[in-house]
Amino acid sequence: MSETAEKTTPLYQEHLRLGAKIIPFGGWLMPVQYTSILEEHQAVRNNVGIFDISHMGQLIVSGPAAAEWLNTMLTNNIDKLEVDQGQYTFLLNERGGIIDDLIVYRIEEQKFLLVVNAAHTAEDIAWLDQHLPAVEAAVSAANQVRIDNRSADFGGVAIQGPRVAELFHALFGNDVDLPPRNHIVDLGFDGTNVSVARTGYTGEDGVEVFLRAQDAAEFWNAALEKGKAFGIKACGLGARDTLRLEVCYPLNGSDLSPERNPIEAGLGLFVDLTKPNFIGREALLKAKENGSPEKLVAFRMQTKGPPPRPHYSVFDNSERIGEVTSGTLSPSLNYGIGMAYVSAPHAKIGTRIDIEIRSQKFPAIIEKKPLYKKS
Amino acid sequence: MNVPDDLLYAETHEWIRREGDNVRVGITDHAQSELTDVVYVELPKMDRQANSKEAIAVVESVKAASDIYSPVKGTVVEVNKALESDPGLINREPYGEGWIFVLKIDNAHDLEQLKDAAAYRKQIG
Repeated sequence: MSETAEKTTPLYQEHLRLGAKIIPFGGWLMPVQYTSILEEHQAVRNNVGIFDISHMGQLIVSGPAAAEWLNTMLTNNIDKLEVDQGQYTFLLNERGGIIDDLIVYRIEEQKFLLVVNAAHTAEDIAWLDQHLPAVEAAVSAANQVRIDNRSADFGGVAIQGPRVAELFHALFGNDVDLPPRNHIVDLGFDGTNVSVARTGYTGEDGVEVFLRAQDAAEFWNAALEKGKAFGIKACGLGARDTLRLEVCYPLNGSDLSPERNPIEAGLGLFVDLTKPNFIGREALLKAKENGSPEKLVAFRMQTKGPPPRPHYSVFDNSERIGEVTSGTLSPSLNYGIGMAYVSAPHAKIGTRIDIEIRSQKFPAIIEKKPLYKKS
Repeated sequence: MNVPDDLLYAETHEWIRREGDNVRVGITDHAQSELTDVVYVELPKMDRQANSKEAIAVVESVKAASDIYSPVKGTVVEVNKALESDPGLINREPYGEGWIFVLKIDNAHDLEQLKDAAAYRKQIG
């Protein structure tokens, strides 16, 4: 981790103005909450919430061989993307371990936007750079790939919740269509261009807007102002975490790590093993063949006890079978919920487990993901 | 931040109200604001003996669990059962209905180790 002072996003002054509680996160000073994590959470589930996601890294990968090369670096299949479409995917090490999870958008035939985790941006770039195809004199321009780190130039704002469409039209005009799910479009906003993706990390309908850093505050404030009519709330990392955990979206650094592969994390859907070649493929094939010793499961506490937290031990009677990676009180379900790696024979849905909290065991049950579903 | 003049305070952000031979204990407005939404309180056991600065309760917010310390040596004689069904009382009324436990104190001189409001205000800046 960098030893320099934490960075601030282009929206930092807005957070201070709104009275946010600020914490360091992934090398950035970010709002963890403005008024209340529970209220912010409910705003996103019931109305609409707005998040600063400027800390996330934005990389542009382009060049005549960009698609072909990215397909050797990422697990999902780039060839399935039409222009303006995005997909969730992984950057793996040779052992199949997860360096980062990200969304890659095809913004032109041979130009891609990678949106990566704040804390892993530098590591991702180093890994990608290290694996760039060698440019030798004899090699034609056709093999060339270029990586541009645009993280400092871009701000990002996520707008999430069932009333996102209404707010979108209030901001961009009634005649402008929302992009389809997982697609990204460029739209005009007050004389500037912004990229709007129909993606999110909350389990609700929503958009993620990427824009020039200098335009971020104006857009943020316009969205807050126009969003008043729809019950908007500014939301911090606290609500972002409870929202994502209810729908079992993994968090890199907690649920994912270089020692865990996407198969044991239950995310094989985003790995195309039919691709002839990508980093980590051999290891994943082996993992699939041998079966994973542990699996990432979702669980829900059976009593209104203390909420589960990362690193708590998981038991089946007296046998320790795993460890919690994420845990919280679910504001929507009003029960403790979490995710844990447990040994494969215990990983079946419906299995009764115990979570050890301060030397006391509390009953929980392994449930199907997502833990929260809109009724 | 509200720091009532008529209370004593521990460095670990508990407030202490003298009630005869007993003290009522809760966490300060500053502490509840730092913790954010309290979602679970583990109360101390009735009749347990506690040393000064011993962790005897736990307050959990959405984000983290925090120990609550006994401000003086004594015996737990009352716990706030209302917190079991409504832990948010700690956020809403930290100095009132959000109290956590009552201790019968062993030695009233122990109270001299605690801070007054002015000293606590200085501590939290």
